[in-house]
Amino acid sequence: MKITGAEIILECLKREGVKHIFGYPGGVVLNIFDMLYDDKDIKLILTRHEQGAVHAADGYARASGKPGVVLVTSGPGATNTVTGIATASMDSVPLVVMSGQVPTLLIGNDAFQEADIVGITRPCTKYNFLVKDVKDLARIMREAFHIATTGRPGPVLIDLPKDVTSGKTEFHWPQKVDIRSYKPTLEGNKWMIAKAAQLITKSTRPVIIAGGGVIISGASKELKEVAQFTNIPVAMTLMGLGAFPGTHKLSLGMPGMHGTYYANKAIQESDLVIAIGMRFDDRVTGKTDAFAPHAKIIHIDIDPTSIRKNVRVDVPVVGDVKRVLTALLKVLKEENKEQWSAVRKKWLKQIDAWKRERPLSYTKSDEVIKPQFVVEKIYELTKGDAIITTEVGQNQMWAAQFYKYDKPRRLLTSGGLGTMGFGFPAAIGAQLAFPDKLVIDIAGDGSIQMNIQELATAVINKLPVKVAILNNRYLGMVRQWQELFFNERYSHSFLHDMFPDFVKVAEAYGAVGLRATKPSEVEPVLKEAFKIKKTVFMDFVVDWKEKVYPMVPAGAPIDQMLFEEPEKKQEKKLRAVK
Amino acid sequence: MRHTISLLVENRFGVLSRVAGLFSGRGYNIESISVGETIDPQISQMTIVTSGDDWVIEQITKQLNKLIDVIKVTDMVELDHVEREMILIKVAPKPEKKVEVLNLTEIFRGRIVDSSEKTYTIEITGDEDKIKAFINLMKPMGIKELVRTGKVAIAREGTKK
Ligand SMILES: Cc1ncc(C[n+]2csc(CCOP(=O)(O)OP(=O)(O)O)c2C)c(N)n1
Ligand SMILES: [Mg+2]
Repeated sequence: MKITGAEIILECLKREGVKHIFGYPGGVVLNIFDMLYDDKDIKLILTRHEQGAVHAADGYARASGKPGVVLVTSGPGATNTVTGIATASMDSVPLVVMSGQVPTLLIGNDAFQEADIVGITRPCTKYNFLVKDVKDLARIMREAFHIATTGRPGPVLIDLPKDVTSGKTEFHWPQKVDIRSYKPTLEGNKWMIAKAAQLITKSTRPVIIAGGGVIISGASKELKEVAQFTNIPVAMTLMGLGAFPGTHKLSLGMPGMHGTYYANKAIQESDLVIAIGMRFDDRVTGKTDAFAPHAKIIHIDIDPTSIRKNVRVDVPVVGDVKRVLTALLKVLKEENKEQWSAVRKKWLKQIDAWKRERPLSYTKSDEVIKPQFVVEKIYELTKGDAIITTEVGQNQMWAAQFYKYDKPRRLLTSGGLGTMGFGFPAAIGAQLAFPDKLVIDIAGDGSIQMNIQELATAVINKLPVKVAILNNRYLGMVRQWQELFFNERYSHSFLHDMFPDFVKVAEAYGAVGLRATKPSEVEPVLKEAFKIKKTVFMDFVVDWKEKVYPMVPAGAPIDQMLFEEPEKKQEKKLRAVK
Repeated sequence: MRHTISLLVENRFGVLSRVAGLFSGRGYNIESISVGETIDPQISQMTIVTSGDDWVIEQITKQLNKLIDVIKVTDMVELDHVEREMILIKVAPKPEKKVEVLNLTEIFRGRIVDSSEKTYTIEITGDEDKIKAFINLMKPMGIKELVRTGKVAIAREGTKK
């Protein structure tokens, strides 16, 4: 029996186990939307902007580990997805984005609402397809999910001309996918693993840096085993937070530009860096020539191009993190654990001293709400068990520093692209994946306005997402750089005094709006918000002067850190570094 | 250092753009590129000449390998191989130089593929040195136009280094 392309799409989605799609309709996808009108198995969540749809699918995917699915129309619908796709691409999030396209005969004619979305998204997708014949559709759908979810995951776009989705053919769903030119390496090379084990055995000052790859690979248990067995402290990149328990005594928190003193110190003083599922982003390494100057580097990653891209590597291990760590642990267990304890003891003592010397801190206040205090309170009240999403800027860094993530997939943040406007729609997606969990977007007053229209999506779909706006009236991170590096010339970083009124905005959308202006109001507002089973905006009017510390100026070695005090002297030094 | 990289890719639309985009997106230069079908019509062969230090070339080959449509990447520097390029060169020598042009063409085992009252169009095939030498010899003769195919390369049988 012949069925239409639109029917094939739905059937394929079901066979991939898809329950939710995020999307927005338009001319050339109306036939697919028509199929969704009375479909029992697949629910489409109508967002208010295609960018919101992609971030929501992204949040859904990051929280659940399942691919996020998006359906949009051609032209502007498709181009509106680009920021979302690039965001997912940088952070290796599995997405399948379906865009409508004008009929094949019109492609290239500058037809109404035509955009070359395959060309536009080529550099920011893992792969993309233009389906030219309905006969290829089922295979392409299958391949798209396969490519998106295997190896180093990423977004895949499928461009669907209208005549393809309305055309008919026999439905054949390939059981197996075999793409001859795409075979990710999963098992690590045995020799390299043995060499890595040797280095670990010999090292007296080792440090692990765990990245998002550990979470994607589902290797938190293996990482914990390796770290505990070998007694090696663990730093986690922004994407890696939660890969290893943040409250564990071996945890060093986050390294890099706004990392902890002790993580950066440990890396710079180490004799061995074990980098796992991370890619040495410049926000982590600072000046690469001066990064971990005394250390040999073991780099475990599924993507061979990540290895030796930014820093020299002594032992590369290409493979799936979970499998490599399992194999590594086996080799390590043959070693005599006792022999390490003495040498490690000294190293861990040193790290403890650094932890005591400069813990993460801020100046507390009774008069004005400190943004860090809000994050700390959120941590305290949720006992670290919420799903946190963030926007970008200072809010993101404070959410990374002052909330301790003990489990993977608890912090959803745009690390690679740094996309303002990500957190709120991502929280909506995460809430959909976990209806009973507390999902909180730690937001900035600037960023939240980039996808604030998704209030409608949250409220209408009864998604009780909480948004904690750290309202500093500024594009705070921009203001911080201007204060430190641009002679306090605050060019266009001031948003306005309390504008808009976020409480009223929330109310206009049928959500709940709460506000705290004094430190004593923070806890009551949070408690009330967490009690209400509705979408809530919390407007925390915080100290606008607050800056994120420690800070490594861009391009400096990561142990050249600046701290909160003494302020004046430090700023001079900063300018000198610039 | 200059490298000749040979690729086997799926013969699909958009593949050339993916390969070219990889170079442009990362700031690597393509000195020449040639593309054609192999005996299997589903597979195309690309030969790319690029240059960079070991670190850059390692990234380029890895990134090429990562492209989903790329089946095989070979850096010819690692193999004993034969390289050839063809050029078509149109020269307009002064009357007294015409004989010299014909002689040089003969010496270089080239062919005159077109001639007019004032010009010769010469076809030359060879490796980089030969092509360069011929072009240099033609410069004083008055080159009007020059087109080149870009390099193609093939490994010598059984000589894997
Ligand atoms: C889409 C986008 N545009 C611009 C930037 C550059 N940028 C980084 S942080 C920041 C300020 C964010 O302001 P806000 O959301 O209020 O957060 P705050 O730093 O004040 O906590 C800007 C403009 C960005 N990251 N993303
Ligand atoms: Mg702000």
